[in-house]
Amino acid sequence: MGEYILEMKNITKTFPGVKALDNVNLKVKKGQIHALVGENGAGKSTLMNVLSGIYPYGTYTGDILFNGSKCRFKDIKDSEHFGIAIIHQELALSPYMTIAENIFLGNECAKNRIIDWDETHQKAIRLMQKVGLKERHNALIKDIGVGKQQLVEIAKALSKDVKLLILDEPTAALNDEDSDNLLNLLTELNEKQGITCIIISHKLNEVTKISDEITVLRDGATIETLIKGQDEITEGRIIKGMVGRELIDRFPKRTPKIGQIGLEVKDWVVYDPANEDKMKIKNVSFHVKKGEIVGIAGLMGAGRTELAMSIFGRAYGKKIDGKLVKDGKEIRPKNVSEAIKEGMAYVTEDRKTAGLVLIDDIKANITLASLDKISKHHVIDDNREIHVAEEYRKKLRIKSSSILQKAGNLSGGNQQKVVVSKWIFSEPDVLFLDEPTRGIDVGAKYEIYTIIHQLADEGKSIVLISSELPEILGMCDRVYVMNEGKIVGEMDKEDACQESIMRCILQSGPG
Amino acid sequence: MNKIRDILKRNMNKIKDILKRNMRQYAMLIAFIFLMVMFQILTDGILLKPINVSRLILQNSYILILAIGMVLCILTGGNIDLSVGSIVALVSASSALLSVTLGLPVILSILLALMLGLLAGMWQGFWIAYVKIPAFIVTLAGMLVFRGINNLILSGQTILLPDLYVTIASGVIPDFIGGEGGLHVTTVVVGIICSILYIVAEYGRRKNKMKYGFEMSSFPLFIGKVAAIVLVINLFTYWLALADGLPYVLILLAVLIMIYSFITTKTTAGRHIYALGGNATAAALSGIKTKQVLFWVYANMGLLAAVAGIVFAGRLNSAAPTAGQGFELDAIAACFIGGASATGGVGTVIGAIIGGFIMGILNNGMSIMGVSTFWQSIVKGMVLLLAVAFDVYSKSKSKTS
Repeated sequence: MGEYILEMKNITKTFPGVKALDNVNLKVKKGQIHALVGENGAGKSTLMNVLSGIYPYGTYTGDILFNGSKCRFKDIKDSEHFGIAIIHQELALSPYMTIAENIFLGNECAKNRIIDWDETHQKAIRLMQKVGLKERHNALIKDIGVGKQQLVEIAKALSKDVKLLILDEPTAALNDEDSDNLLNLLTELNEKQGITCIIISHKLNEVTKISDEITVLRDGATIETLIKGQDEITEGRIIKGMVGRELIDRFPKRTPKIGQIGLEVKDWVVYDPANEDKMKIKNVSFHVKKGEIVGIAGLMGAGRTELAMSIFGRAYGKKIDGKLVKDGKEIRPKNVSEAIKEGMAYVTEDRKTAGLVLIDDIKANITLASLDKISKHHVIDDNREIHVAEEYRKKLRIKSSSILQKAGNLSGGNQQKVVVSKWIFSEPDVLFLDEPTRGIDVGAKYEIYTIIHQLADEGKSIVLISSELPEILGMCDRVYVMNEGKIVGEMDKEDACQESIMRCILQSGPG
Repeated sequence: MNKIRDILKRNMNKIKDILKRNMRQYAMLIAFIFLMVMFQILTDGILLKPINVSRLILQNSYILILAIGMVLCILTGGNIDLSVGSIVALVSASSALLSVTLGLPVILSILLALMLGLLAGMWQGFWIAYVKIPAFIVTLAGMLVFRGINNLILSGQTILLPDLYVTIASGVIPDFIGGEGGLHVTTVVVGIICSILYIVAEYGRRKNKMKYGFEMSSFPLFIGKVAAIVLVINLFTYWLALADGLPYVLILLAVLIMIYSFITTKTTAGRHIYALGGNATAAALSGIKTKQVLFWVYANMGLLAAVAGIVFAGRLNSAAPTAGQGFELDAIAACFIGGASATGGVGTVIGAIIGGFIMGILNNGMSIMGVSTFWQSIVKGMVLLLAVAFDVYSKSKSKTS
């Protein structure tokens, strides 16, 4: 039995009106990878904020023991001093600075406040080698991918002589390949350098793969800690702890009733708006039938979002060419509002930056895309609007105090339900869903899946874009595989599996 | 007995809830009333004398008109329009050119001048919305360009204007009914008519809500609210009646406030403006033509600046090269004191108006007290800073709860 590097005892943290953490206990052994799992709002991030000093000593009750001695962190600097580093979901890097500058940001290699650039670069290169980051040290952060940015964050933590590294959803924005690399790196750091890791993740397959111990939080309380070798560690077992019941199926059952072709896209070509010589979508043709859920699988950057957005009223791209045929008739929507009138809807990939007006209430967000429906001569009928919003709040079970709650104060799953409500209310025939369950918990995912099924059963054509292969496989009747702006494969539900999709992508090769 | 206590308790909770939800607006109103009371005491009761109330409105009318347009600009994403002071000058100069130098009928030259303001706004809207140059830069350029054109037209001279301008800016409605003892009876009657219209509208709204079966405030609370507002309206018109009567410019202002409040709160166009400021990407992907919205908001600002220009020219009875200098800053300050957010998406027309009145009372009150303009400037700057600081503080507090 190793000794504990960290013990958090009876941590209770209250916000006005809510108890976010209720006597939470967390014990992490030295040199292990410890996973912290739980639904959204279970208190994982709050607990880590307590640990890293974002919520300083005195704003919570309970004790933190680091290496056996009691700690009272006043702020992040304080906890960093002890060797605790936290890497948040939203990366804290400065986009217009170089990798080296970012690694030493706030911790510069300086003598008398004058930066020693040679030393900075030399140290940066050494750290980059350690984390396996193959880039020039003077590359700008904005020019490298999210996966590499994540590595820069880790290098930054290493530069501070970290002993306990906390990662909040490190792989949420990464594709499978980058995720694997990152997880390998963590195991390596853990084994070779003895760095203890706490990892917060919704991706249970990763959690079961790499962690030595798993602590499950639910509703601000510790439910259990599972130990590898002692307890059964399976996804099913963890989910049971997280939701308090067994989820037998992660995807609801459905018998598809597939009809005529709803939307057909022919020879679709789109150029990059930032660089008009670069073709982003290369002669893509596909179709989706009524009542059918069609998946588009592919790695990040395959052009799936660009494809959907360019079809959705040319919201992306330049020099768009190709044909859209809806219900047998060619349509030419020139902008988003025409696309909506033609019966299309697009649920954006990123609900916070492109899906919701966070400072507005639930009501205004739901009606935003269909204001004509609740207004006469451009004057909004308040009462009808309230009526509509209440209806969707009930129908989609949006957990909220009222329809006047600000969208920004909702949890991820409920925010997504608001976005989906907005597009259901616009009564589309063709619905594009771009990563509809990213970053939301298992329970809410199941609810979103059920809604998608209902929509398909109503005869709508659904196009589901997702980077999670299990989701594509569990939900879709037919799957297209995209790579480098091209459709490189099409398969029926029966033929589709993780291997066949990955094979499709790899065989098509780059370029 | 118990029943009454029960009803009372329930209503109290409702009131608390309403207060909590609209805390920022009420805080502003309380600050406004507090300032009013404070200066009433400091000026030995001069501030709220009927004649001074009337003057307060005349003095601030053009800033308030600018603030209405400015709050829309700020709503679209914290953009401000720095050129409004220069447009005020340009419009007053060009209407002087048309009516005095060229001898056109006054009404026609006013209309043409308003058109010119609209064109100036559309010019800026084009660069901001379609060429995507930051509003700050476009309107800074406009500030210089329009000021220059104004000087070209006037060749550095001041031109006196016809009487109609003065009537618009400082005139009062004639007393059709007439009365004894200096009371302007028509003004009182107008107040009563407004109150009746208000009561009918509120009752209709309530009935409509009932039709949908929504939960609403209890009847006593409803009566209380209506009675309070009716009282304020009538007290206000009675006060004006004790002075010279109802100024034309107040009618203009009231109509503009009503129109723009209606547009921002009740129409799809208003919703588009708020959504654009709250999240431009989400708005665009919801089918809102964001460029068009931005263009018309700035075109509208030009038009309202022109209206303010006519009123201001009338107030001075002349068109001068330095007219309207610094107005943009007063209008912007009014919006921010009135609770608009510097990042867009938050703010109201009424808030901007109250903000404008807060500035107006500070000006007027300190002038009566004989405070030097240097100190006035310092005080106004600090009030702006503290108002926004309070806003930021209360927002950060509400976030953690």
